[in-house]
Amino acid sequence: MELVNQHAKGIMEECKLRARDAGLRFDDETLEYIVTNRDMIELSPKIMIPTLYDYWVHDVRVLSGKGMYEAYPSNPYETVINTRPAISFYNDNNPDWLNVMIFYHVLAHIDFFQNNLYYKNTWDVDLAGQALADKRLIAQLRSEKGRWVDYVIEFARGIDNLVGFHRDLNRTLTREQGHVPDRIDFYFDRFLQKIKSIPQHVYLKEIDRYNQCRKDHADFFDQVIEQHPEFEEIFQKEKQKISPVKMDVMEYILKYSSFLRREENEWMKSVIHIVRSTSLYFQPQIRTKTMNEGWASFWHAHLFLKDDRIRGHETDFAKVNATVTAMPKVGLNPYALGLRLFEHIQEMEDRGRYSLDYFQLKDAVLRTKYDRTKNTGTDYIFFVRENMDDFSFINTFVDQEFVDRHHLFVAGKRFNPQHNTWQYYIKSKKVADYKQMVINTLHHPPDIYVVEEKTRNGILYLNHRFENKPLKQDFIENTMIGIEFLWGGPVHLETSVPSAAAQPGSPYINFWDPGAAGKTADSRQSPIQWKRVRYVLKDRKLHKQEL
Amino acid sequence: MITLDELLERDKKREEDGFKRKIRIGRIVKPGAGNREKIIVVPTTVEEKFVHDDTLLNDQSPGEGEPTGGTGEGEEGDVIGEQPVRPEEGEGQGEGDGEGPGEGQGGEHEMEANAYELGKVLSQDFELPNLKDKGKKRALARYVYDLTDKNRGVGQILDKKATLKKIVETNMSLGRIPDVTRIDSAGFVVSPRDLIFRVLSREKQYESQALVFFLRDYSGSMGGKVTQTVVSQHVMLYSWLVYQYERQVETRFILHDTEAREVTDFQKYYSYKVAGGTKVYTAFQMVNEIVEKENLARDYNIYVFYGTDGDDWEKDGKQTLVEIEKIFTYAARIGISVVKHTYTGTKETEVEKYIQGSGVLDRHSHLIKMDVMGENVDDSRIIQGIKTLIS
Repeated sequence: MELVNQHAKGIMEECKLRARDAGLRFDDETLEYIVTNRDMIELSPKIMIPTLYDYWVHDVRVLSGKGMYEAYPSNPYETVINTRPAISFYNDNNPDWLNVMIFYHVLAHIDFFQNNLYYKNTWDVDLAGQALADKRLIAQLRSEKGRWVDYVIEFARGIDNLVGFHRDLNRTLTREQGHVPDRIDFYFDRFLQKIKSIPQHVYLKEIDRYNQCRKDHADFFDQVIEQHPEFEEIFQKEKQKISPVKMDVMEYILKYSSFLRREENEWMKSVIHIVRSTSLYFQPQIRTKTMNEGWASFWHAHLFLKDDRIRGHETDFAKVNATVTAMPKVGLNPYALGLRLFEHIQEMEDRGRYSLDYFQLKDAVLRTKYDRTKNTGTDYIFFVRENMDDFSFINTFVDQEFVDRHHLFVAGKRFNPQHNTWQYYIKSKKVADYKQMVINTLHHPPDIYVVEEKTRNGILYLNHRFENKPLKQDFIENTMIGIEFLWGGPVHLETSVPSAAAQPGSPYINFWDPGAAGKTADSRQSPIQWKRVRYVLKDRKLHKQEL
Repeated sequence: MITLDELLERDKKREEDGFKRKIRIGRIVKPGAGNREKIIVVPTTVEEKFVHDDTLLNDQSPGEGEPTGGTGEGEEGDVIGEQPVRPEEGEGQGEGDGEGPGEGQGGEHEMEANAYELGKVLSQDFELPNLKDKGKKRALARYVYDLTDKNRGVGQILDKKATLKKIVETNMSLGRIPDVTRIDSAGFVVSPRDLIFRVLSREKQYESQALVFFLRDYSGSMGGKVTQTVVSQHVMLYSWLVYQYERQVETRFILHDTEAREVTDFQKYYSYKVAGGTKVYTAFQMVNEIVEKENLARDYNIYVFYGTDGDDWEKDGKQTLVEIEKIFTYAARIGISVVKHTYTGTKETEVEKYIQGSGVLDRHSHLIKMDVMGENVDDSRIIQGIKTLIS
């Protein structure tokens, strides 16, 4: 692994200038490394962070990655990691023109990392440096505690998908935008009007008094407390209700586990912290894959074709670009889908179609002709890249026009017993079905949280908020064994399983159009009946109780 | 970087610490031309977490797979393509689909190179029992002559490509090629030292000294995990043999239902299944025939490993026992694995019954071993089984 040579770096710097002119925004400093395919195999289990802590599962993945490479060699062009400065890895044998394309792709990724709001909590972090510090700490602990460090890592990783990413993000954003109502807002908007229901003229008087106080620099609340001694307490309570600082399972264990609190186990907390913060760090990346790849593909194509340095390599580019961004006949390609969707959004907005006028227009001919030549599409996609994640991106912008235009469909797969083959067929061309199918592929961990009221007598009580998707049964036991270890006592988990009478295999409820489920359902099958059960893990033994 | 051995060592420690083992031996299969598939042995593990199980939901109707995206012309309901559930066997009638995808299909030679790692791990614990010196062939060195070595200046056959390269190299260093885009070969200076020849050289070849028969029941009753388990065990045995005895071990593969047949490679051995009945003796009979016909007993240490679910139409096993007795006269070891279906429970199967009843296990305790396990066992139990068979 080495830095790219000066020649390639020069190309990169020129790419930066052009990318900036096009509107992309990113830090000045970036680091580019040349790596071999072998390096890539070794990096990928560590989520491409060379300095990530050592863990045996990574080694297993490397060994099987090598086997996989032997059977199916692949040649990744680049990888970028979101750290400060941003680091990207390149294959060692790319020609210059290809590097131009790849550099644009990478710059768009960096732009995405550094501007999309879901990444907010990662913006000030030098991840590579942080990881290195963590790695050293873990190495040192391992030299003292041996393999028990690995058990703690394992058990912590067992619940690292339950981190409160959205809660953390929400905390940062609300703190910044001051959404937590302050005393004044609360007093006027809620306390006086909703709680005290005072008449309007009193209310107006109180506003006058407030303005007066501001002028005189007097303390407005002195008199309030005099009048309503209970105000402060109600305000505090309400504040809690509005932004409850709920902890995720990992945080809860860190804070309340009797086992971790023992002095000889204190070190485990830092290990769990490391695992938790690493997981949190990568949450935005998992949740913006389609957008991020689409955004990068959009810009590499856009900028590459305008770049005069690559004259003569247009066909080479077309070939490589096609392999990356072609829509597969069957299957999903996040690069291709994201790219098409960004182009679609840009065009829709250029024509002013995100408007009530257009929405209300029912005439198909007029719809296709509709064009207000707003030409705000480019600004709009920058807005989208700043404010959306994969779910909102797809849920908001995949529309029937998009599906029709690219001839998209949901491809079904069924067994054909006559030919002994899998048969692929067009299952649906409706936007709702297509959207649902894409959304089903997005990252969505189960919502499992600690029920504090039931967490008593040393028992940790977890509840799974059921979303018509059961938990993978095989994994429950080992995951709970891990939690029991970290918690230092029995663990209960409440979840839903299909009740025995029901036939598995009926369609789930369509979130966007609950009525549609019945229509598409196979009438021969009754919907799955669910029942609540409680898994109880005690002394490394799992039991199931019906509720 | 940690090695496979260290990983397995660590996994053993897990058990001592009261946790379940987590490393499994996985096999990556790469389809190749014809039946020459490549099998690569790798460790695998899963990190258990609470995750959604989508399998229940995507099965919208029986036999329906997970829906995905697609692009192209067509109306709803149109079929856009078909894909065989399994690659065609390309030969043979009445052969059904193989069991257990990814279990390890392997063209023999490709497999050997890659089964190495697995074999290496297993080798520490095992050794072929009763290995005897069998005459001259044990020396195993035989030489063939081949034009493989290169020599400058003199030799049997001129290597034109290498020579030309050398000439260009010489001329470049002499500065006789000023412009590489317009080379005038007429102006080349050719030195005698530039001529590269291929010369005849001696190459070692090895002779085998151990011959291993893999026998397997492929009748109708062998459905599901039973076959997987038997084959897993035989894959491991095979891997280990390949590692431990390099190319000194030859292998033969025999399948049977009511009749036995020999197949050419491990992949076929592994993947065939028929819905026929079961006559165990036919497989052992075939071993005897082969050994006699090819006069193998003189030059080879012979091992026979047999895998079954224990079912046999011949309840008393009379014929089977006769054939086995014959094998005792020349074989170094017979290893029988009985993998029981869960529904059998603790009941003894026919094969178990008559092997036990005949007393051969005691009379020839160094020549025959039997191992009985359930169909749901894990890799470590399978390895345990191998130890029993060759102890």
